[in-house]
Amino acid sequence: MTASIAITAVRKSYVARGREVLALDRVDLDIAPGEFVAFVGPSGCGKSTLMNMIAGILPIEEGRILHDGRPVNGINRNVGYMTQQDAVLPWRTVEDNIALPLRFHGMAGPARRARVEEMLAAVGLTGFARSFPGELSGGMRKRVAIAQLLAYEPGTLLMDEPFGALDAQLKLLMQEQLLRIWTERRQTVVFVTHDLAEAVTLAQRVVVFSGRPGRIKQIENVQLPPTLDVFRVRFLPEFEAAYTRLWDALAPEIRSGEAA
Amino acid sequence: MSGAANEAAAIGGPTRTARVAAAEAAAGRRRIAIHLLRAVVGVLFIWLWDHASGTWIDTMLISSPSAVGLRLWRWVNDGTLVYHLSITLYATAWGFAIGCAVGFCLGLFFGRFTLIAEVFDPYITAIYSIPKIALAPLFIIWFGIGIESKVAVSAAIVFFVIFLNTYSGVREVNQIYVHTTRIMGGSETDVLRHVIVPSAASWVITGLKVSVPYALVGTVIGEFMSSNRGIGFLINQATGLFNTTSVYAGIIVLAAVGAVINTALKYFEAYVMRWQR
Repeated sequence: MTASIAITAVRKSYVARGREVLALDRVDLDIAPGEFVAFVGPSGCGKSTLMNMIAGILPIEEGRILHDGRPVNGINRNVGYMTQQDAVLPWRTVEDNIALPLRFHGMAGPARRARVEEMLAAVGLTGFARSFPGELSGGMRKRVAIAQLLAYEPGTLLMDEPFGALDAQLKLLMQEQLLRIWTERRQTVVFVTHDLAEAVTLAQRVVVFSGRPGRIKQIENVQLPPTLDVFRVRFLPEFEAAYTRLWDALAPEIRSGEAA
Repeated sequence: MSGAANEAAAIGGPTRTARVAAAEAAAGRRRIAIHLLRAVVGVLFIWLWDHASGTWIDTMLISSPSAVGLRLWRWVNDGTLVYHLSITLYATAWGFAIGCAVGFCLGLFFGRFTLIAEVFDPYITAIYSIPKIALAPLFIIWFGIGIESKVAVSAAIVFFVIFLNTYSGVREVNQIYVHTTRIMGGSETDVLRHVIVPSAASWVITGLKVSVPYALVGTVIGEFMSSNRGIGFLINQATGLFNTTSVYAGIIVLAAVGAVINTALKYFEAYVMRWQR
């Protein structure tokens, strides 16, 4: 079976203040269809850069990224994209935000309204259709973003620290919701995070990046029994083993980054 | 579930207690008090004006409220007001509309194409620094002493305000909105319509609010310079005859017109920016 995302020999550098800074150095990675992969690494390791290259926001100058067999060249409209920053448009109501990608994909009015209702129910926001994002709490806005992301059913989701700004308890609830949705629909997910526990809880595979220049240092296959209980899963021995191995790989990278 | 209660609280939901009612009543009393005090200030000013006129200051210089009121009343009844005000408003409206339309389109265009903006930047800054009023004589040569030259003066003033505000608004757009809208399948037109224009709206509206008085100023200055109709002409003619009563009456008409237009814009802003609390 061909990979959903095939990254081959990708290298990325920036020119800043008269110096060339190497952000990513020869990254190779295949992500299978329906796989949930997390990227972890110290700040500035290029994990978000790589994700933005898959999304087509940053140009690929060296190397190649194939998504569903097609090379990524310019904005990739076959993915769903969610970041830590709120990207729901503050001047549109909740329902208008969720309906926006459906309009872009040419869905007719009645079908669109039905889908918006369905998505609102799925994220527990029925009754907030006509609210503006500014009237909602941070967690509710995240749920609007998830509803919008899933409404047009992209086969691949790119998520860059989507729950980074939330408090610890809310984060667990959002993780549970995401895991439930993924278990039902089995999209390919690339999930960038700082939080090792989050990576182990959600992902089937965790990719550890080294500090700048970013290289893949280690790949951990997480094998946890299938569960939606994102809280209790932390106390399983398999979780602890995976977490420990990942921490051992990650810690020296973070330390050297702090020393530099 | 407590989550539901929190969410209700987050949007000011159905938990209306006695304290909410009390807080609203207090806010209402404050509003009434402010309106009353405003009326008092107005009455005091008119009383002071009336008292000063002829005692401390020569009536020739400051006329008097009763004389100005009578003059306004006569203008209303004999059709003078409608005759002159209509032409001033007509020129202001056209100048405002043309300046806004051209300024908005060019602002969007420059905001989207940074290279062009950088190339033109010094010239725009130079033209912006010219007091637009200095262009009025030129416009009179170009367009004659009719309404066209007044429209041109106010359009030139409004154009720059709207152009610069639209440009800044477009430059300020959060790129994350642009990226996500594109990834979700939005075309360039969709990005412009759903992201850039609404995002720049607060800047543009600020520009509109600033430029309405400017549009009026532009027209009136055009009328001062050469015309045979309009509030500016009326004031200018009265000045020539040392008729201060008419001058004050004209100024009061302009102030009232400006206030009415600004109030209308405030409601327009509240509607367009209703998502912002």
